[in-house]
Amino acid sequence: MAYLDFEKPLVELERRIADLKAASDGLDGLDTQIAELEARAQTVQRNICDQLSIWQKVQLSRHPDRPYFLDYVEHCFTDFTELHGDRLYSDDSAIIAGFARFNGRPVAIIGHQKGRSTKEKVHRNFGMAHPEGYRKACRIMELASRFGRPVLTFIDTPGAYPGLGAEERGQSEAIGHALYVMSQLKVPVIATVIGEGGSGGALALGVANRVLMLQYSTYSVITPEGCASILWRDGAHAPDAAEQLKLLAPNASKLGIVEEIVEEPVGGAHRDVPNMAQRLTVALEAQLKDLDGLSAEELIEDRYAKFRKIGAYNG
Amino acid sequence: MAGWFTKTRATIEAEAKKTLGKGIFRRCVGCSETIKDEEFVRNYEVCPNCGHHYRLRAPGWVELLLDEETFVEHDANLHSKDPLGFVDSKPYPTRVTAAQKKSGHTDAFVSGSGKLNDRDVELGLFAFHFMGGSMGSVVGEKITRTIERGLANKAPVLLLSSSGGARMQEGALSLMQMAKSVSALGKLREANIPFISILADPTTGGVAASFALIGDVNIAEPGALIGFAGARVIEQTIRQTLPEGFQRAEFLLDHGMVDAIVPRLEMKAHIGNLLSLWLD
Ligand SMILES: [Zn+2]
Repeated sequence: MAYLDFEKPLVELERRIADLKAASDGLDGLDTQIAELEARAQTVQRNICDQLSIWQKVQLSRHPDRPYFLDYVEHCFTDFTELHGDRLYSDDSAIIAGFARFNGRPVAIIGHQKGRSTKEKVHRNFGMAHPEGYRKACRIMELASRFGRPVLTFIDTPGAYPGLGAEERGQSEAIGHALYVMSQLKVPVIATVIGEGGSGGALALGVANRVLMLQYSTYSVITPEGCASILWRDGAHAPDAAEQLKLLAPNASKLGIVEEIVEEPVGGAHRDVPNMAQRLTVALEAQLKDLDGLSAEELIEDRYAKFRKIGAYNG
Repeated sequence: MAGWFTKTRATIEAEAKKTLGKGIFRRCVGCSETIKDEEFVRNYEVCPNCGHHYRLRAPGWVELLLDEETFVEHDANLHSKDPLGFVDSKPYPTRVTAAQKKSGHTDAFVSGSGKLNDRDVELGLFAFHFMGGSMGSVVGEKITRTIERGLANKAPVLLLSSSGGARMQEGALSLMQMAKSVSALGKLREANIPFISILADPTTGGVAASFALIGDVNIAEPGALIGFAGARVIEQTIRQTLPEGFQRAEFLLDHGMVDAIVPRLEMKAHIGNLLSLWLD
């Protein structure tokens, strides 16, 4: 378990709980003490959550223990069959795609994947996809559209990868094309921002009939660090940029960008992953049910209408 | 229709010259020749000596691409709000007001209907000198309306990009303009109406990564910077120096991302020919 600075008050409490649990091993008398400590930990946790700054919430969205796409695959789906490659260049490990069952119903699932260990982080390229990732996603989404399977996407990326090869192989075209493909899908599309929704690389999986955000996820036109380095000329101003960018779920909801915010367990999704997955399953099931019965044309038109009205202007 | 457009291009350039105090000669960065300013103006900001392309403003583009006196501007009254209450070193509304004063535009995009070789077209142009041509709600709305007009009038849509990308000061609303404009393009494709994407210097970030590189044809100006990520960001990420000519139009042609590089003065003829080959 990793602790962020503001989670530190929990460290000592949780160590004592763990020690007591180890020591109790069949012995009576310690149970009440454990329960007391656990109740106190809950209170501390709640107090921490009540006082989180915007920047701390951004940090929660990137918490090293935060559940990633594969954690939700494990908890929310069965029969997952991963499909690899874009048929053009390679297989991008920063985006995972395939088919699975959701409450028994076959669906396509596609998500950015970050790595947990150093080795896995590198393998997943920190969730930053190359053009191949978006092209693979398009391939799977078009398959789903042909076979009448809903598409569920899971967004968690700082952004599309800024690299030489990515530019050579058309990062811009790949993202633009993904937006186009998603706009034309003949099946229900639901996108969920589970962690970081960073700029075009996030939106490339986000042209959906319904967009959900987990409570402590972010959705932004640019990372706070990137914004700070441009407008403040200093990346250290990232917390200031984060405040100005209004990148948290309630902001996105107010701007008409997301339809639903899925509440996280006390302390954040990482504090109770099965519980978080359960909450997400319930939300996705309800949204899917809501879109059932719409024809292909109605689904495309519904998606168009959703994005068509987004914007703030006079005149 | 907007007042700015009644000014001729020559007077606008003349005003710009006066305020910049550059005098009546310009030294070309392409060939280092000192050439009369009016020669650049007459040549639509292309160096008459070496062909170096400088940025051309909207009235110049309209004159260059459309048949004389056929342009009718639309949506010139759209102007931005401050949906986030965004403040960095200055509040966002202050930046917008300054950009409006400086450019004579209400935002970073000019759009309208006109004729190209007697054919009805819908034209939209980025104004780079308005906050770096950045795309916020107004730009996204104007692009979408331009595409929708193309759909309604069955007229080919020409979008000329010159933009640093999405406008940070409108946050995720700017990001969503990418999805909005591309979704509209989807309808245009379904209706078999051409979309011609002209890529001028620079076309980067969220504008590159939405509609600009998915034209039925992508036509770049010589030397234009076109790419997703900024070169500085890429260098910091990969810790190596980027090759000569990286993200220039010629680099994109080499990598199969644009159909052609067309000098500005040949742009109208090139597009006219393509539309004729497709539609007549
Ligand atoms: Zn020259």
